Amino acid sequence: MMSVTAWTYLLVGASFLLYIVIAIRSRASSTEEFYIAGQHVPPVANGMATAADWMSAASFISMAGIISFSGYDGSVYLMGWTGGYVLLALLLAPYLRKFGKFTVPDFIGERYYSQTARLVAVICAIFVSFTYVSGQMRGVGVVFSRFLEVDVTIGVIIGMAIVFIYAVLGGMKGITYTQVAQYCVLIFAFMVPAIFISLMVAGTSIPQIGFGSNMIGTETSLLSRLDGLHEQLGFTKYTLGSGNTINLLAITIALMAGTAGLPHVIIRFYTVPSVRAARKSAGWALLFIAILYTTAPAVAVFARTNLIDTVYKDGEFQPYEQMPDWFQTWEKTELIEFDDKNGDGLIQYVGKSAVDSAGQPIANELTIDRDIMVLANPEIAELPNWVIALVAAGGLAAALSTAAGLLLVVSTSISHDLLRKWLRPDLSEKEELLAARIAAGVAVCVAGYLGINPPGFVAEVVAFAFGLAAASFFPAILMGIFMKRMNREGAISGMVVGLLFTAGYISYFRFLHPELDTAENWWWGISPKGIGTVGMCFNFTVAGIVRSFTSDPPEEVIRMVEEIRLPEMK
Amino acid sequence: MSQDSDVARQYWRKNLKLISLLLTIWALVSLGFGIALAPWLDQYQLPGTEFPLGFWFAQQGSIYVFVILIFVYAWRMNRLDDQFFSDQDGR
Repeated sequence: MMSVTAWTYLLVGASFLLYIVIAIRSRASSTEEFYIAGQHVPPVANGMATAADWMSAASFISMAGIISFSGYDGSVYLMGWTGGYVLLALLLAPYLRKFGKFTVPDFIGERYYSQTARLVAVICAIFVSFTYVSGQMRGVGVVFSRFLEVDVTIGVIIGMAIVFIYAVLGGMKGITYTQVAQYCVLIFAFMVPAIFISLMVAGTSIPQIGFGSNMIGTETSLLSRLDGLHEQLGFTKYTLGSGNTINLLAITIALMAGTAGLPHVIIRFYTVPSVRAARKSAGWALLFIAILYTTAPAVAVFARTNLIDTVYKDGEFQPYEQMPDWFQTWEKTELIEFDDKNGDGLIQYVGKSAVDSAGQPIANELTIDRDIMVLANPEIAELPNWVIALVAAGGLAAALSTAAGLLLVVSTSISHDLLRKWLRPDLSEKEELLAARIAAGVAVCVAGYLGINPPGFVAEVVAFAFGLAAASFFPAILMGIFMKRMNREGAISGMVVGLLFTAGYISYFRFLHPELDTAENWWWGISPKGIGTVGMCFNFTVAGIVRSFTSDPPEEVIRMVEEIRLPEMK
Repeated sequence: MSQDSDVARQYWRKNLKLISLLLTIWALVSLGFGIALAPWLDQYQLPGTEFPLGFWFAQQGSIYVFVILIFVYAWRMNRLDDQFFSDQDGR
């Protein structure tokens, strides 16, 4: 029988070979191909590419883990990261496709007839993309080090080399077709273990149904059983929330608007052939995303129950010596930690309100990193080796596809928006293409450096990325399409106020005074994660007020807005 | 020209009406059923399963509805395009 490591080398190697072959077959020969794949991408293919672009290491590796540990409260990510596509499909994508230029700063700059607006947009786009990409490279390193037992640094360098080949050679064209392949790899890798476990536990091959239907040979569902275990061990009931409704609403809205405003997702809709195709393509994208996003909560429940069953069997805490192999493997990576506080050799894994038979509180002795739930799940459920290896290949596909999409945003922002449209308008197309390739190459290296030496605050900056996109891009683009008379002064002041407020609030609670980051100190009870919603409201309000006492946009801008609202004619 | 802009205005009004309807449903299933009304809905179960209804909308139902909303929008708008501007290319 082949070992997990051998299987991992085989599957990861085969998938990398596939990406390189695709990259070589789809080289870009013009800026149009490099920026927007020549607008020849069919809607279904673009849907798959968007799904891979969107689903990052965070979606593939971390999300089910987060839900697994936070239960109902994890729903904000599920709804936020999918609901944003409805906003994108109805309010932004078709019109931006009709506008038909290359980048998001392109739209902001031309719609608000201002290089300042373009520059603000460029800075936001680069900041948001780098924030995100460092997390992806880190994910690549972690998968390599855990499954192939190589150093994190070497893992990141291998990942960089692969992205370098297809992003620098192929630009958007190369990235698009590799992303289609990566989507297939990642969705297969995510679904196979979920289907396996669902069959074993609930006897149905559909995990979405499996986690709420009766377990084999019993009259209770997995979900009710998990709720029961949670109560026995002193955790909050899995299906119940923390009850802070305002905060949950704010986080969900910020994630939705942020998703719709993220530049690497928006530019995918510039690559399809028509407005009609852009509309359909958004539907396909969300359908492909929904397959993973509706499975993740099932995986979360499977993993959580399996984990509790391992340490707590038939109402008894289990001794450390009886733990299976995976327990020690993950202990070595320090992602599982056991601290035998009362020295009885048993693993007391309990929540805050746990008490023993005498009514005395029990101390929790087990800490588990939420990121391992998806990676360790197949091992915990004792699935075959090839399934465990498949998960590694899937995690890499998710991280690499997102990294490539983000790096393209950085490189086009530099070569197109900064150089061609601002500093050096006399650039020839050939020079611009060369600049784009160099920018992509440099961006890969910076991303790799950030992956090897991650800034300690990666998790915090991701909250930043969504908050800033929600408070800046989303309102600016939305008003640019739906309010014909929104002008330069209004849009810029709205973006600046939204950005400063959101960035200020997050910095205050996350960097300056992390000790104050608790519900009592938050304004209106809204956490830094959800504050983008308030920033967005400020943006709309300030833009509306400033517009009312400044002059209308020029006639040709109003005509442009009328033009993008209509579908294209023959 | 004036006839053209009249057609454009009608087309735009129909588009806005459709968007408002779909976004109302969008907000209702996620922010409404999934969050604000979830504690109340949790007393019921999704028929045939043991999912508390509010929990199910938050982790499953809202996502299914989102997918349907986008396809409905694409289908209705592409048809509207044909009605108003029948010389559209057939892609």
